[in-house]
Amino acid sequence: MSPCPSPDPAPGAAGDRVAAVLDHLFRNEAGRLVAILTRRFGTENLQLAEDVVQDALVRAVETWPFTGVPDNPTAWILRSACNRAVDDRRRARVWHGKQPLLLPLVEDILVRGAPADGPRFEDEVKDSQLRMMFVCCHPELPEESQVALILKVLCGFGEREIATAFLTTEAAVAKRLARARRFLREARVGTELPPGDQLAPRLESVRKAIYLLFNEGYKASQGPTLLRQDLCDAAVRLGGMLAGGPFPDAGPTHALLALLCFNMARMPARVDPDGTVFTLGRQDRGRWDRGLIGRGVQHLAASAGAPELGRYHLEAGIAACHTLAASEEETDWEGILDLYDLLMQVTPSPVVALNRAVAVAKVRGPEAGLEALETMEGKNTLRNYHLMDAVAGHLLMEAGERSAAAIRFHRAWDLATLDAERELLRRSIVEAERP
Amino acid sequence: MPNPEKSQFLLVFRQAELPVTPSPEEMQKIFGKWMEWVAQMKAEGRYLGGNRLYFTGAVIRGSAVTDGPYTEAKETLSGYILITADSPDEALRIGKQCPGIAWGTSVEVRTIEPLPIT
Repeated sequence: MSPCPSPDPAPGAAGDRVAAVLDHLFRNEAGRLVAILTRRFGTENLQLAEDVVQDALVRAVETWPFTGVPDNPTAWILRSACNRAVDDRRRARVWHGKQPLLLPLVEDILVRGAPADGPRFEDEVKDSQLRMMFVCCHPELPEESQVALILKVLCGFGEREIATAFLTTEAAVAKRLARARRFLREARVGTELPPGDQLAPRLESVRKAIYLLFNEGYKASQGPTLLRQDLCDAAVRLGGMLAGGPFPDAGPTHALLALLCFNMARMPARVDPDGTVFTLGRQDRGRWDRGLIGRGVQHLAASAGAPELGRYHLEAGIAACHTLAASEEETDWEGILDLYDLLMQVTPSPVVALNRAVAVAKVRGPEAGLEALETMEGKNTLRNYHLMDAVAGHLLMEAGERSAAAIRFHRAWDLATLDAERELLRRSIVEAERP
Repeated sequence: MPNPEKSQFLLVFRQAELPVTPSPEEMQKIFGKWMEWVAQMKAEGRYLGGNRLYFTGAVIRGSAVTDGPYTEAKETLSGYILITADSPDEALRIGKQCPGIAWGTSVEVRTIEPLPIT
């Protein structure tokens, strides 16, 4: 254990420094420890692992201010959790009467406590987290439960935070998690990595969940900015862990990571401090995060050589075209359109078709774009999607049909829910209705 | 450095059941406040020491030894610190700043009775 850092003369500054050094420490530790303990205790004891870790984290909150933060917080919390389990009379409550079954495991952790300080322990943490990813993304769990479970179990998010991110209630999240835990228990889902013949589809489930998790954060339409940023960070972190896993073909995972990095790189320029949303063409490209763009390029390079081009390769390619262009005008729209054409073959969807129509307009003119919108499949499913009308409005403006554009912008305004987006549309309406 | 001339006070923490379960991120915030509180006391030279206690222990009463603390007890003795302050009022003011109070910790502030000058 390290001695307490000498107190800073200005307490405010000390607090800031602690916050900077230990950014998300508790959340990260929660994710690491629940993974280790669930692997040791089995998924049927997931709730128990969560409770024990919770309990030990509270202890850390109250102890570390006096002792200083230990060099290896994970080992400290793990030992604290196990000590409590063995010694504490309150364990009867926390441990739901399971001590006889689990105490030998706990004592084993305590006796073999020393390895918790070594590199092998870090390997165990990583391996446990990887296994938990597959547990959380079990294909028989609904996708929304997978994402909630990942956030709670692997990323240390609280139920309140998950509820805020998903625009739902804490009770609904708790219920969803409880159902998921019950499924894991009743289906006796193990923590071993999927065997060879099941690996590919299971990997795909994990990637899909990471993708959904990222999109929850990336959506500009909901939740506090910081929380959304945290969701995106979590998705990138999990993607990185998955890419580092012992699997034969990491290509699609790298492609997914490239996509996430490119999109995240543009986040700083999407909204300004007073909440105004900027469309891609109006963003200040100088505010894009160069480091993340670089990481995106690296992952895109690492994704090459996969046997086939999947959706993540194509989407990452599109994101790369946007993000690497020096300006909207210099964007390789033909390349983007080609990629959208391929994407429509791999994962056709109305939203992909809508985006493709924008690329069509850039390459062949606004009339062609409107034609693509008019003839796209599944148009009806997007009839209450404000971006459908917003895109149509912009294409009509470009085609010089201002009154028709105004009608579409009005409709988009009615459908949009976020103030920032409404503001953007209000300006478009003013523009379209200017005499 | 702590001034031994000043009066000393014992701040005793008792931990109740947490009213709501804080998320790790909320704990991070509470932790930051605890760190600030302790750092402030150290910066002012009034922090003499302190410890957290395990929840386990034993109580000796007469010839009987019982396990303690008790699960039935609403609050469990969970730690203490020793500080210096100019007056009981000042010690109370400092005690009130304990961040644990918001999460159900109670703080008992007691004046250490000085040894009589001989």
